[in-house]
Amino acid sequence: MAGQGGDRMAPTPRRPYTRAMRVVFTRRGVLRGAGRGVPLLLGVAPFGLVVGVIALNRGLSLAETLLMSGVVFAGASQLLALELWRDPPDVLGAAIAALVVNIRMVPLAAALAFWLDSLRGWRLWGSLFLTVDHSFALSVAEHRAGGRDAGFLFGLGVVTWAGWVAATGAGYLLGAVVALPPDHPLFFAATASFVAILVALWRDARRDVPPWIVAAAAALAAQALRLPAPVPLLAGALAGASLAAWRELRARPDAA
Amino acid sequence: MRLDATLAILAMGAVTYLCRAGGYAVLRAVRTPPVLDAVLRNIPAPLFAAYVALALSRQDLAAVIASVACAAVHARWGNFGLSIVAGVAAIAALRLAGM
Repeated sequence: MAGQGGDRMAPTPRRPYTRAMRVVFTRRGVLRGAGRGVPLLLGVAPFGLVVGVIALNRGLSLAETLLMSGVVFAGASQLLALELWRDPPDVLGAAIAALVVNIRMVPLAAALAFWLDSLRGWRLWGSLFLTVDHSFALSVAEHRAGGRDAGFLFGLGVVTWAGWVAATGAGYLLGAVVALPPDHPLFFAATASFVAILVALWRDARRDVPPWIVAAAAALAAQALRLPAPVPLLAGALAGASLAAWRELRARPDAA
Repeated sequence: MRLDATLAILAMGAVTYLCRAGGYAVLRAVRTPPVLDAVLRNIPAPLFAAYVALALSRQDLAAVIASVACAAVHARWGNFGLSIVAGVAAIAALRLAGM
């Protein structure tokens, strides 16, 4: 889906789209993003259920679990914070867990400048609050396919946020009753959703294979060196992105 | 709700929002060189490639086969829900078959 559109709309380092193409924020875009987010809840739900179950085991109340999902809205950092959770809670430790896992979001939000630069007020700051890996990747794919409605990101984020809060609450409530084994096939939905997103970001073999291989190799190497999470993920992402950027700038020397 | 737990959760929320919004605000105010622009623009796909590689490295061959099935379904139909169901169904079938 992003394939041919990506070829046509491939952004250049000069970001011409921020000037030449008008970005809008419409109710239609919000609804379109929300609609796109609904099937992704299949991937969000198992992860949310797991976070809810672990929150229960760590002694959080249902209200505290829902508050965490509502204000943090970042699964991996919530899981890590819960792993490190103590009684009484360590405020600084929880904040550091959130920082270490979520520092990857700094470039994510900045990379959405093609839409965010045109927004102001609640549309901008709300969209930023709602940005997660899924909504980010799908918004990049939507933009590459020619999408100019920033409401897409917002609608996608709202549905994902609601689904996330509901899933963690459901996991908390079901935690005492249902005991799914850790290797239950349903938990594969989280990996499957990232595989599908990766396919959606595919452009062509020449541009994508080398950086993707470098990203995977760097991440696995960092993991083999027993570097703590999320260092392997960051190492892979930066290595792959650096190679892709270098090849892109080399192909268009006039742009650099 | 306990005060200390609530404070810890709000601290996590504040730090996470700083990562989301602060990074954007800073990078927007400072004019970034083309190299940094290009790196940022190219982060998404390698990030997910690294994520999938790490996730599969901690799972078995059945997970790799199910990922290929999921990718094939997404390449053919481009429907996320269908792709995820296909991936979960594939791994359930492989487990049932004894993998």
